[in-house]
Amino acid sequence: MSALPPAAAGSAAHTGGYVADPRIRWQEWLPWVLAVAAFFGAPDYLSLGARILIFILFALSLDLILGYAGIITLGHSAFFGVGAYVAGILGAKLGVTDPLVQLAAAAAAAGVLGVVTGAIILRTTGLTLLMLTLAITLVFLEIANKATSITGGADGLAGVVVAPVLGLFRFDLYGKTAYLYSLAVLFVGWWLVRRLIYSPFGASLTGIRENAVRMHAVGAPVYARMVAVYAISATLAGIAGALLTQTHQFVGLNVLGLEPSGELLIMLILGGVGRIYGAFVGPFVYLIAQDYLAKQFPEYWYFGIGLILVLVVLFARGGILGIVDAALARLRRPSA
Amino acid sequence: MQIKPAACLAALALAVCAGAASAQTIKIGVISTYSGPLAAQGDQLDKGFKLYLKLNGDKLPAGVKIEPIFRDDTGPNPDVAKRLAQELIVRDKVQFLVGTVWTPNAAAIAPLTKEAKVPFISANAAGVNIPYLSPYFARVSFTLWQSAYPLGQWAAKKYKRVYTAVSDFAPGHEAEEGFITGFKSGGGEIVGSVRIPLANPDFVPYMQRIKDAKPDALFAFNPAGKQATAMMKTYSDLGLAKDGIKYIGTGDITTDEELQGMGDVALGVITAHHYSAAAERPANKAFVAAYKKEYGENLFPGFMVVGAWDAMDAIFHAIREQKGKVDPDRTMALLRQYKNPNSPRGPIALDPDTRDIVQNEYLREVRRVGGALANVELETLATMIKDPFKELKGKK
Amino acid sequence: MEAFLSSLVSVAFHGLAYGMILYVISVGLAVTMGLMGFANLAHGVFAMAGGYILTSSLQHTSIPFPAALALAFFAVAAGSVVLERTLYARLYGAGELEQVLFTIGLIFMAVAVARLIFGTLQAPVMLPDYIRGQYPLFGREFPTYRVFLIAVSGAMIAALWFGVERTRWGAMVRAAVDNRPMAQSVGINTRRLFTLTFALGSGLAGLGGALGAEIVAVQPTYPLEQLVFYLIVVAVGGQGSLRGPLVAALLIGFSDTALKYWLPQFGAFFIYVATIALLLWRPMGLFGRRV
Repeated sequence: MSALPPAAAGSAAHTGGYVADPRIRWQEWLPWVLAVAAFFGAPDYLSLGARILIFILFALSLDLILGYAGIITLGHSAFFGVGAYVAGILGAKLGVTDPLVQLAAAAAAAGVLGVVTGAIILRTTGLTLLMLTLAITLVFLEIANKATSITGGADGLAGVVVAPVLGLFRFDLYGKTAYLYSLAVLFVGWWLVRRLIYSPFGASLTGIRENAVRMHAVGAPVYARMVAVYAISATLAGIAGALLTQTHQFVGLNVLGLEPSGELLIMLILGGVGRIYGAFVGPFVYLIAQDYLAKQFPEYWYFGIGLILVLVVLFARGGILGIVDAALARLRRPSA
Repeated sequence: MQIKPAACLAALALAVCAGAASAQTIKIGVISTYSGPLAAQGDQLDKGFKLYLKLNGDKLPAGVKIEPIFRDDTGPNPDVAKRLAQELIVRDKVQFLVGTVWTPNAAAIAPLTKEAKVPFISANAAGVNIPYLSPYFARVSFTLWQSAYPLGQWAAKKYKRVYTAVSDFAPGHEAEEGFITGFKSGGGEIVGSVRIPLANPDFVPYMQRIKDAKPDALFAFNPAGKQATAMMKTYSDLGLAKDGIKYIGTGDITTDEELQGMGDVALGVITAHHYSAAAERPANKAFVAAYKKEYGENLFPGFMVVGAWDAMDAIFHAIREQKGKVDPDRTMALLRQYKNPNSPRGPIALDPDTRDIVQNEYLREVRRVGGALANVELETLATMIKDPFKELKGKK
Repeated sequence: MEAFLSSLVSVAFHGLAYGMILYVISVGLAVTMGLMGFANLAHGVFAMAGGYILTSSLQHTSIPFPAALALAFFAVAAGSVVLERTLYARLYGAGELEQVLFTIGLIFMAVAVARLIFGTLQAPVMLPDYIRGQYPLFGREFPTYRVFLIAVSGAMIAALWFGVERTRWGAMVRAAVDNRPMAQSVGINTRRLFTLTFALGSGLAGLGGALGAEIVAVQPTYPLEQLVFYLIVVAVGGQGSLRGPLVAALLIGFSDTALKYWLPQFGAFFIYVATIALLLWRPMGLFGRRV
């Protein structure tokens, strides 16, 4: 390790990979401590908190394919939206109200969709892949818009019934249940993603991102691995979508299409791609800034988001965590 | 402060607690769209709220003050709207909620108002079903059936064969259904119906299809602005007017604020709606003059401005009647009986059974008046009409 | 039968007009993407700028319509050079993800700026009388503006084709698309070539936005709403050629018009489903080259 420059060593330690030490470092408990502290410290902000947690899970699912496998997509909302609608339709139309059953159904539906679409589109790259992912989510948006009797169309799906979690915890007006429930689901999702990334499978994904041709040459089943990770990511996105439905008891068309995909991409880039915790930092900063700034300066808010995106790409490609790394590396350098 | 906060929490009746704690300041949570691509609509609501508060803010019982809290739902994003409503109820402890341009946002908020017992007044969101979602919901805006259905009945007397073309989303479907039901009840024949995707750059194929079907009139519904304009332009480009096909629709296609930007293509279009800035009623003339004075000589208030204005008026009415000590159930009882003979749009009332708006519908034609385009009212199409959907079909 | 023939003629005419609009707005993107490999999602910003230049110059000055079109082309081309030199050039070597994000950022900023300057309502187009109304052609009547649009676009396509296929500059562009290091080593200044080509591509977008403003309304969210259509034309047509996007635009124009005319209930699905099918059949686009 001593041969590496400090910055590279730092990033290698954060991004995981097969060679890295898979044990959970103390810093990795910070988000969870913070999340629990927020529950007691800011009881008036729990519904915003639940929203942040849901988008962290969604961003985490994108990080898996974008950051680790290098798959660029403008259509990740397809899975989020399908998860949201599956949970919503079960609760509003079919009388299946148990939240965990809804969650499982949403996960399964999004996962199957991930396998099917992934198998079709992952042989392409670049603009073609971008266009295919976008077209798929637009087709789903159009279906949700037209199938008014099932989805409510543009008016949204109202009257989604969600029973108390485990039969005990009702979704309350203060968002306590919503917050803790989302936190618990996110924790499981995080644990799975982390296991995955530190496994040989995770290492092979990074290999595919860095050089797919060479991975072919060493005999790795590149295409199968890509489809597999795409499906896993889709499943997680579907779960995040179902969480959104359950915590709001409503589904709107805004869960599908270009905008939610683009916004998610912005959050992840802001935090830092390919390092798990970028998916934590990004939505946290973005959604709080949106909650505060969009209210104060609605017109400049859009301009500001655009400007930040441009600046991040030009000067800070690692996102916020990249800046933190660079700062830490600079601090350490004199002593090294 | 005799009542302990914990007791309030347990009772879940925050509005009551907050009201008891300080009877003098009444908080109104306003949820509208201030940012994002669709901010123009929210801007209309905002102007209506603020104009009312500015001109009537002092018409309250002595010592009672209003504190409006404005929140941005960023567009048709029900999840955002619901979270904002939740925060307004739990954190800011508002006694009233008002707003939302969009039906999904209002529909997402409605169940909350039932649980928290906070009266919620829709200043625009027009989805037929929302009143059924909460007994604490009331609407002063409109439903699409309210304008489309009587227009259909009127059209049946004038035209034999009509083609309908609507934007393919829930409001478009409601307008189509309302018009066709009214038109058929009067014995008219629908020769064809198309639903046009919202993301649609070219209306030509649809207009050509309609031209070839040779109907007597075309019933149109799209969101006002570029969609409605593009469709009217195509209508005139393809010469449908020359073929004697009349262009009719609900007032949504020629809203007063968009009308000037639409240009001459809109001339002669016949619409049915509850409000026109060109109406001759004294209350409306005063309203339009106040609006122009506040926001600019060249601007016209659209129906959303009036929706917001009347929503505030309904809230003020409830506050005045209760002398500032507002109770949600009492407020709802008062709102059910709410009447205003002098709204800018004419007489209005709320239906005690459905808490939905009862109002006049006017038949208008787009004409040039003093250099500007205007929706000139020709006749009153329906007097104090309730939502025909609920009258005919009940719950959706 | 006669009715069918008559509708066939109108579908063909309107399909052609629609295809031409699509092509004129998108061809600039095909040029910049093909030559520089730059995924410029902010292409619509240039088209919107062209649209606003046209509408405001017609509204506030008395310059003739063709001059306003030319102004839209040259002003946008000039403005794009500034952007290219200061911003875009930094990202030529970067990955697609960076380029996508960077240009999405530009779109957001442009939307906010446009809203601040022009407000949220659509900008009205004050067409001169000679291109309004109906135009008799082959014993039928066609909308004059669309006839005008087809004629102007046709002339522009011919000029573009001539420039790329028959001039020295065109030969250099084609050489640089085929093999950039080789082009550089034979002494072509690819840096300057890129700037010029970028200006041309953006100018074309501006011209397209201005020409299409009568049909595709100009307003602040234009770059976001039209994005899908440019991407479809370029992706289906294939990057790096002029012919591919033309065929794709015409194909989409004809089939979309025909389908909406005869089977309107399929609505918005068709264009997306067709895109997916075509891209799966030919992932590099109809005329794309495997790089």
